[in-house]
Amino acid sequence: MQLFLQRVFDSMNNGASYAVVAIALVLIFKATTLVNFAQANMAMFGSYLAWWFHGTVPIWIAIFLAMALSAVGGALIERVLIRPFDPSDHLPVVLITFGVAAILEATAGRFWGLEFHKFESPFPAQPDDYIGIGGARLRYETLGTLLAMGLMVAAVFLILNRTKIGLAFRAVSSNVESARLVGVRTGRTLQFGWALAAALGTLGGTLVAKQTNLEPAFMAKLVIFAFAAAVLGGLDSIGGSVIAAFIVAIIQSLLVGYAQSIPGLGWLKSNFALVVAFVLILVVLLFKPAGLYGTKRVERV
Amino acid sequence: MTATSTLGSGGSAGAGGNVMLSVSKVDASYGQVQVLRQVSFTVDRGEVVVILGANGAGKTTTLRAICQMVSTSGEIILDGQDISKSDTASIVRMGVAHVPQGRGTFPELSVEDNLEVGAYVRKDNEIRDDIARWFDAFPRLGERKSQLAGSLSGGEQQMLAVARAMMSRPQVLLLDEPSLGLAPLIIEDLFSRFSDINRETGTTMLVVEQNANLALEIATRGYVLEAGQIVLTGTADELRVNPAVREAYLGA
Repeated sequence: MQLFLQRVFDSMNNGASYAVVAIALVLIFKATTLVNFAQANMAMFGSYLAWWFHGTVPIWIAIFLAMALSAVGGALIERVLIRPFDPSDHLPVVLITFGVAAILEATAGRFWGLEFHKFESPFPAQPDDYIGIGGARLRYETLGTLLAMGLMVAAVFLILNRTKIGLAFRAVSSNVESARLVGVRTGRTLQFGWALAAALGTLGGTLVAKQTNLEPAFMAKLVIFAFAAAVLGGLDSIGGSVIAAFIVAIIQSLLVGYAQSIPGLGWLKSNFALVVAFVLILVVLLFKPAGLYGTKRVERV
Repeated sequence: MTATSTLGSGGSAGAGGNVMLSVSKVDASYGQVQVLRQVSFTVDRGEVVVILGANGAGKTTTLRAICQMVSTSGEIILDGQDISKSDTASIVRMGVAHVPQGRGTFPELSVEDNLEVGAYVRKDNEIRDDIARWFDAFPRLGERKSQLAGSLSGGEQQMLAVARAMMSRPQVLLLDEPSLGLAPLIIEDLFSRFSDINRETGTTMLVVEQNANLALEIATRGYVLEAGQIVLTGTADELRVNPAVREAYLGA
């Protein structure tokens, strides 16, 4: 029981990071019905910026600056590389997001090298910074990560549901043509979505970088789990993807943990969880394409 | 070139300084396919004008041309201003509201949010009052204000689409086949609502319809569109008794 609890606690940090990145994916998917394959590397680049700024300013200010700069970058990418293309033709846009991903990875490698950099935790992370619950350790760092995620989810929720730009964004996501007909400038509204998603991605990256350390490919695995969470949550449901993120993280933690102790399965290392994520994506897409909380595209006329 | 026949004197309305919308010699095409050819018509301030036409005649394209949702050449004047070079969002700001075919609501938004986003271009603080007013006018919408628009029936969605369009307090309301897919009783109710709205708010209306009966009942004037060209124009009364119109659109 103690071990089980510990594994669940251990998964929370991953769950929170997956959730934040999954929301970023869902925002873009809701609005454009395409998956931003550059999301992982946008988050990677943003995390590097935070690490770089941290050379001169405190970690929280560095993370905040990196998020702001990522938002500007996301808006620029939308304006220069996405908007000129016909949104109904997905293939070119998807290829462009792959291109952006490659450019960001190469640039990060060029600037900051391919070696690992330690990313300082923005939360208390001394060995004895934990609360003991049933013999398991719930670390302050995990609590802090959950809190940061919770605040970010609340912020996104408020922006989408209580602001005019949020209303416009939901309108564009629901029906682009009608959004234009009520006077919404759809390009600018989508740009706002890209900016928000980029900032979210960077936060997600920094929440996980403190554990994995930085290197140009550090987000590659995380984004697969985040994508599995987004698919499981329904791809267009923000709340759904948050819940799904924790489901994915717990499954990952338990599977990897218990597989080790089953005789003959010791060779299943942490990469095994990646396979599980892919299988999960496949199963959801096959049997419940709308995910747990997604909109089933059925309309009455 | 097909000349437009003008019935009686009614077709010449639109002269004088009271023109709200004037479309002249407009061509429109989707890629290589030209849909509108030299279409010209006018709508006076406060008037209800109907454009009749069969499937594929170019009715929807005519409305999309006004909103610049299709590339056009020619002149489109709204209240004295040429809008043929403007973008859709700006045209909405100048006072055009468009209810597209197939309702054009936001299915994933609540009924209330649909109305709120309808007022997107407004900056005054009477938006809440207007929403309440439309809920009074359409109590069915008020009862379902927290429901997602996609879960409404066809008739309710059409009401919502009209209320949503009126939320921008438009000068001109464009209605694209509002009767499509609705039961006769609901259509009748809907058209009497259009009449009410026109009378109470003075909103100019341009309706395109296949269902000529009701449309001619609420309209002052009409045009007949065939294969992308205006072929006939007259007052509603003149059109109603015109043999060609009767045969093609009134089932008589």
